[in-house]
Amino acid sequence: MTTTTPRRSGGLGRVLIAVYGLLALAATGRSVYQILSEFDHAPLAYSLSALAGVVYIVATIALLAPGDTWYRVAWVTISFELVGVLVVGLLSVLDPILFTEKAVWSFFGRGYAFVPLVLPILGMLWLYRHRPRPTTADAPTVAPAGTV
Amino acid sequence: MIEWFTLVQVAVACAAGLLCVVLGLAGRTPADITNGATALVEVLLIGQLVVAIVAPLTGNAPTGSSLEFWVYLVTALLLPVLAIFWGLVERNRWSTVILGVACFAVAVMVFRMHQIWFVQLA
Repeated sequence: MTTTTPRRSGGLGRVLIAVYGLLALAATGRSVYQILSEFDHAPLAYSLSALAGVVYIVATIALLAPGDTWYRVAWVTISFELVGVLVVGLLSVLDPILFTEKAVWSFFGRGYAFVPLVLPILGMLWLYRHRPRPTTADAPTVAPAGTV
Repeated sequence: MIEWFTLVQVAVACAAGLLCVVLGLAGRTPADITNGATALVEVLLIGQLVVAIVAPLTGNAPTGSSLEFWVYLVTALLLPVLAIFWGLVERNRWSTVILGVACFAVAVMVFRMHQIWFVQLA
């Protein structure tokens, strides 16, 4: 069965991708700096931040790229982020020594204005609304140009 | 950094961000007013660049890591430019919202730069 995947990168998705790109930049850049300058302070938190940064980069690309495979990659990476921010957020509340506030996911992303907590949820809603649908004879396979 | 100049930058960046997001959601494509507001944020950042070069020579040196400070400053300088280019290439309302997102990001980064310069002890 053939499916069509609606374009995920149009309209409001553009804003989502821009914010994802920004967060990817912030998380990766900051964790690279932290790992280079003060890795000993919080090895676990900084390593997780770096991992989060890389996953944000992949998620940004997956939202931008067309096709079913990237759609799945987007789901996997965005789910990973949600699980990450929830687990690390919870752990950091239960045991504040474990994660410093400078890490992306600690305290549910408080250091990043809770963007890491909100973004995966928005991303999932966006993906759900743009899920692949079975192709039917009367359905247009390509969205009309200019559809927002 | 200079305290009042930082305040001006954060205030202007937030105002520009709000203006762009509101006009974008209202359906406006990037225009002179939104591009101009974003460009103003960029001009202030270039002013900040000059301040960051000159200030240490006059005895006003950062208390925190200067490497971290410069990473923020250089990245912040790129954001408004990229957002304006994005808006020139893709002319729809969401590009206006993205101008606003870039301005808000600059506001946060200038605030972080302020923390590194005045508060953080390396």
